[in-house]
Formats: sequence, structure tokens, C-alpha cells
Amino acid sequence: MVDQESRKHIREALDKGVRYDGRKKDSFRPIEIRTGFITTAEGSAQVTCGDTEVIVGVKMSVEKPFPDTPDQGILMVGAELLPMSNPKYEGGPPDAVAIEIARVIDKGIRESKTIDNQKLCIKAGEQVWSVSVDICPINDDGNLLDVGSIAAMAAILNARFPSFDGEKVDYKQKTTEPLPLSKVPLAITVIKIGSHLIVDPTESEEKVLDARLTVISMEDGKLCALQKGGDTPLTIEEIGQMVDLAMTKANEIRKLIKES
Amino acid sequence: MDYNKRLDGRGFDELRPIEAKAGVIKKADGSAYFKMGNTVAYAAVYGPREMFPKFKQDPKRGVLRCNYNMMPFSGAGERVRPGPNRRSKEISAVTEKALVSAVDLNDFPNAVVDVYIELPQTDAGSRCCGINAAAIALADAGIAMKDMISAVAVGYAGNKVLLDLTYEEEHLPEFLEGLDNKHVADIPVAMVPSTGEISLLQMDGIVEKEVLMEALEKSKVAIKKIAEIQKNALKEKFAKQISGYADDSDEQVNGEL
Amino acid sequence: MSLLVKDKEVVVPGDVLADDLGFIPGFGTYRSNNQLICSRLGLVNADGKVIKIIPLSGKYLPRRNDVVIARVFDILMMGWRVDINSPYSAVLSSKETPDFIEKGDDLSKYFDLDDYLVCKVTNVTSQFLVDVSARDQGLRKLKGGRIIHVNTHKVPRIIGKKGSMVSMIKQATNCRIIVGQNGLVWIDGEPDKENLAVETIRKIEEESHMSGLTERIKIYLEEKTGVKLVTTEGDYNGLQ
Repeated sequence: MVDQESRKHIREALDKGVRYDGRKKDSFRPIEIRTGFITTAEGSAQVTCGDTEVIVGVKMSVEKPFPDTPDQGILMVGAELLPMSNPKYEGGPPDAVAIEIARVIDKGIRESKTIDNQKLCIKAGEQVWSVSVDICPINDDGNLLDVGSIAAMAAILNARFPSFDGEKVDYKQKTTEPLPLSKVPLAITVIKIGSHLIVDPTESEEKVLDARLTVISMEDGKLCALQKGGDTPLTIEEIGQMVDLAMTKANEIRKLIKES
Repeated sequence: MDYNKRLDGRGFDELRPIEAKAGVIKKADGSAYFKMGNTVAYAAVYGPREMFPKFKQDPKRGVLRCNYNMMPFSGAGERVRPGPNRRSKEISAVTEKALVSAVDLNDFPNAVVDVYIELPQTDAGSRCCGINAAAIALADAGIAMKDMISAVAVGYAGNKVLLDLTYEEEHLPEFLEGLDNKHVADIPVAMVPSTGEISLLQMDGIVEKEVLMEALEKSKVAIKKIAEIQKNALKEKFAKQISGYADDSDEQVNGEL
Repeated sequence: MSLLVKDKEVVVPGDVLADDLGFIPGFGTYRSNNQLICSRLGLVNADGKVIKIIPLSGKYLPRRNDVVIARVFDILMMGWRVDINSPYSAVLSSKETPDFIEKGDDLSKYFDLDDYLVCKVTNVTSQFLVDVSARDQGLRKLKGGRIIHVNTHKVPRIIGKKGSMVSMIKQATNCRIIVGQNGLVWIDGEPDKENLAVETIRKIEEESHMSGLTERIKIYLEEKTGVKLVTTEGDYNGLQ
């Protein structure tokens, strides 16, 4: 249910250059990143962006490869909208929103060939590494997709292979070997309210958006995934502006991840 | 031989280091973070709020509903598939029973108080850690309670009664060779700290009655310590709000309850 | 006869407040044997022999005559069901609005889904069936502005004695402000001034039980706006 009065008021404020929390349209809330603190995970990260907080854990195991890709490892990204993070989430199997978040982030990692799946192969046809990335929101005040993406990349960068003796994985013995990563794709969602393009929406801004575009980009300036949402169509020019904005922010935030 | 020295060097009556914080999830009506050794739990409370499905409503008082969940990366070995399973459903049920004896929901007919417990990392004692976090979160949410509820897992391994077992101690024969007694018992206990009344008691393993009694007495002592930590977590949240005098007596305006 | 805790101290469930039968258990406390024990997180309030707790958290429970800000979430045959930020929703009967509504009229013309309004609680049953009315002076649909949620227990501080606190904020920001007893606050003015009003209210929430709050907020607002403020005690009836 969209509250028309709220939408009008937020739009009028934006027309006067004001966001409800005083930020500029192209400003993210303060971001803090912490990594490698979950002892049971092979990689972990916790990201807070304003009041939105997400934890991501990376787990690895040795599995049989899929029959159609015998020499490739397995990558899986999951996201759950935990009911503890927002009263509007009810628990139960992931709904469309959670699935979209997981799939978009997954696409970004997969399409960009961020993780070289072939390097995850141990013994073709028999043993490959399976990497699971699980995104768990702790507090949801908007923009879960971007924050989840930042945390996912930070956790993947933080991850180290557990020891494997050819038969069994020893989770207690971590190696120093990182995942075979070649790039750091980052999802940035730009939303449109009226004629205004805004990044890092809070929950109240997300409620009244007209359209949104999630852009996943890499350091080399290339795009590897796009997802449009919202009821209102976008012009080609707007899409161009949104892509530019997303890439600029992605580069800024990528620095933060690397520093953490 | 017996289990003479604990693997992590603790005394047999010693708790693991504990960290507790209240009000960590802004969206929730009440929340807490509780860490015992390497076991970490978040708890979020939403409510009292309208209860669905309606047929589960109780016209005489509010209902407490608990949901315990381990995050996929929180287990000792491989990834845990997300979603409820038999173990988490059982723990949700006993957690609710553990908490409901201290909670007073008589003022909220037909409503529900939802408690969500999520663990990002576990090293045994997870249901106790969850209960400790949940009790803080309930108080933080302004729910009326006669006291905290505090919980700890006591146990018996290598012929010794232990407090606050780790995962390795729960599986001691795998980690220590030459034990005379290879039976390990894991006994999670939750109590009302001021009265010593037990609201959760479970046991896995084989013990004699005398051992059980000794373990329960030890848990009582530890639980009083845990209760202090829980209470301090709540008070620290408001430490900024010093007890100075509200000089203009503004509380008088519609502040009467 | 002495308390084991200080007045205005933060106490939590299970804390022993007094070891003495001389004290009378008020809100948020109970007696067990000879002791007076806390049952709610809050501040100790010792009023002679009565010891009660001023809660720091907890949901809003509707009381008769409270002025609240409500949101329509269902349209019924003879009225609307509204969310009053409580475990219990309320009903606004079509007879309790300022307009005269004929039988068969389309009710959404008057209040539609997701409309916000200021109304008064007229009745609360023991099972928490709640009626509200929008008939009195000043009660109406809210157009424009923005709504924030505050801790319902901080509402008295946000309003201030006879409205002195909220008057100061209105003066400094030139915004219309209505504070609902149920923890919803409506603010309408220039966007940057609305933001200042919101920041100020958040500050009041954070520091609500520290002394000298009114003076601190006055200085804060004067610094932010350059407007010299006059502390007035108006006749705040809860409405703009």
C-alpha cells in the first residue's frame, strides 16, 4: 500500500533539495565494515549502513559437481529476510523480495566470473568445492540489496579454504588460501522519486519510489548485471544517469571494502 | 583417567567469558546480543501486537511465541540448511516454556509477543544463550516480568561435573583419549534467578541422580551471575540518562499511569 | 523505612526495590514476601509510600480521551478500522466524523486507505475494543506533512509542561506539529525545518530523563535557527 500523501511530501522535499535524514541525493549513510569474526564460517563480514545492518557468512564444502559441469565448482548465494530485522517480515520460506536480493547478488558474482569456478575443481567429475554465501539481515532500515552486496563481497574476500586431505574437510584447520577472485562486483541501487535520482534509500524512501535500477559494476568500469524494479518506466537517458551514479558509488565503496 | 583439566583451561565451575548488550536492533520493540564463549545469540522482540492466525488468540491473556534459528554458517562443520527443522522447532518450544513462567501478559488479551532468536555462531549452549538474550530483549521491550530468566548448560564428562560446556566437551571422547568414563551428559537449565525455580530442564546422556543434583546446584550459582550480567546490560543502555532530577516535573503532564 | 534504590534510578525486572512492608506497590512493581520487586524496565518513582515505575519502553495502550494519530487500514460497512500504533486497532464510526455521511455513501471519499487522521479515543473495553471519534474541534484528516514514530513513554516530555516544549519547537521551526499520545508525531513545514524538528524530537527522546532538558533544547534550537525563543506555557490541548 502506498501512502500518496507521504509520496507527495517526500517528493516536494526533494524538489527543495532536502532528504528526510538531511543527506544529499548521492550520499550513502555512514558505512562500517567488519570481517573475519565468525569462527564457524570460512569467511564472514558485518556491514552497517546507517541503521541497516547485515551479516554474511561464507561456507565451503566438497561435493560432487553438477553432471553438466564436471570440472566446475558450485556457487550459491542465499538471502533470508529474517523476521527479527523488520516487523513486516513474517518468516517462512523466502518470499519474492528475498529471492530477488539473492538472485541479483548471485548474478553479479556469477556473470562477472568473479570466482573462477574451474579453480574450484579438485577432481573433475568427482570432487569440487561448493561455496555458499548466506546473507542475513540483522536490522533492516532500507537498501538491503546494496548492503547485502557489500557484505557478500567483503565476506568472499575474507574467506579462506579449510583444509582438505582428499577425503574429509577439516573445518578447524583454515588454510591461508583465499578464494580465486579476479574482481569485486558491487551492486548499487539507484531509485527515482519524481524527477530525482537517489542512492541508498531508507525504508520510507523505498516505500514511495517510482522506479529503481540496481546496477552491478566492476572496477574496470564494465557492467555485469542490471535489474529494474518499480511501477514507473525509465527513459534511456535516465538509465544512463543511474548507471553513472551507481558506478561512481561502487568505486567509492569498493575502496572501503578493500581497506577493511 | 578422568577429565582433570578442562581443554580451555577453565575451572570446572567457571563460566566462559560473557558479553551482553541491550537494544541492538533498532527496528525491534526490544532486543539483545548475548555471547557465551564462542556462542553468540541475537534476540528481537516484537509486541505485544495483533495475533494471526486469529484462532490462536487467547482472550484472557497475551501469547508468547518463540522462534529459534541458526544462521546457515553458525554450525561446527558444514553449512546448515536454512529454515526450520525438527531440532529448531523443539528448541523454540522449550524456549517459550522457559520464558513464559516469568512473563506477565495478562494485560494483553488476544495479542502476541514474538521472540526471534538468531545465532550467527555456535559452540554449544546455544539454547541457553538464546534464552539469556531473549530475557533481556523482553525486558527491553517493556514486557512485565517477575524476574529475568537465566540459563546455562551444565554437564558431566570424564567423571566431572562441568559448567558451561563447549562443543568439544560435549563430544569429549573424540577430543581426549583414555577417558575411563566415556559417557557425556549435557544438561541445559533455565531458572528464575531469585527463586531458583527451574523453567527449562533437559538432558542428553547418562548420569546418576547424585550427579544430576550436584549439577543443578552448580547451575544455580552460575545463573545468579548470569542474571547480574543481563540486568547490567539493560542498565548500561540507559547509562546516558543519568538520574538527575527532571527539573520541570514534566512527567506530571499525562505521565500518570 | 528505606528504599534500596534511589529515586529516578534505572531498574529492571527482578530488582529488589524495598525490603519493607511499609511501602505500597504501584505500577510496575509487585510484592513478594516482604520485598517490593520491580517488574518493568523503567525509572523508580517514589511518591511517599507508593513506589512505582515510570516505564522506558512498551507499547501504547489506548485510554479514553487520549488524542492520537491514526492510520486507516480497512474500510468497513459503517466506518473505518484504524491503526493506532497499539496491539489493538480502533474503529471510527461514520457517525463520528465532522462530515455528515449519508447511508450508502462511499466512505473512501472521506477517509481512504492509508489516510492519517487526528482523533480522540472515546471508549476502551476490557477486551480492548477501541472506539475513536473525529468529531470534536481540531480533529481531522491530516494532509501533507510527515509522520514519525516516537517512544510513547516520551510523549509527555516532547509535549512539555502545558505544551512548553513542543511550543518551543514550533516557534523555532515554524512547523505545525501534532503529538499523538500513541507515539505518532505529525510535522508540517518547510522541509529543512521539518528535519530540524525531527532531530530535536529525537534529541528529547534520547535525553528525556536528564535534568535541564528544556533549557538545553532551547539553546540547541536557538543555535540552529538564530531565532530567540520565548518559553511559553500555552494551553496545549493536544492539537495544532
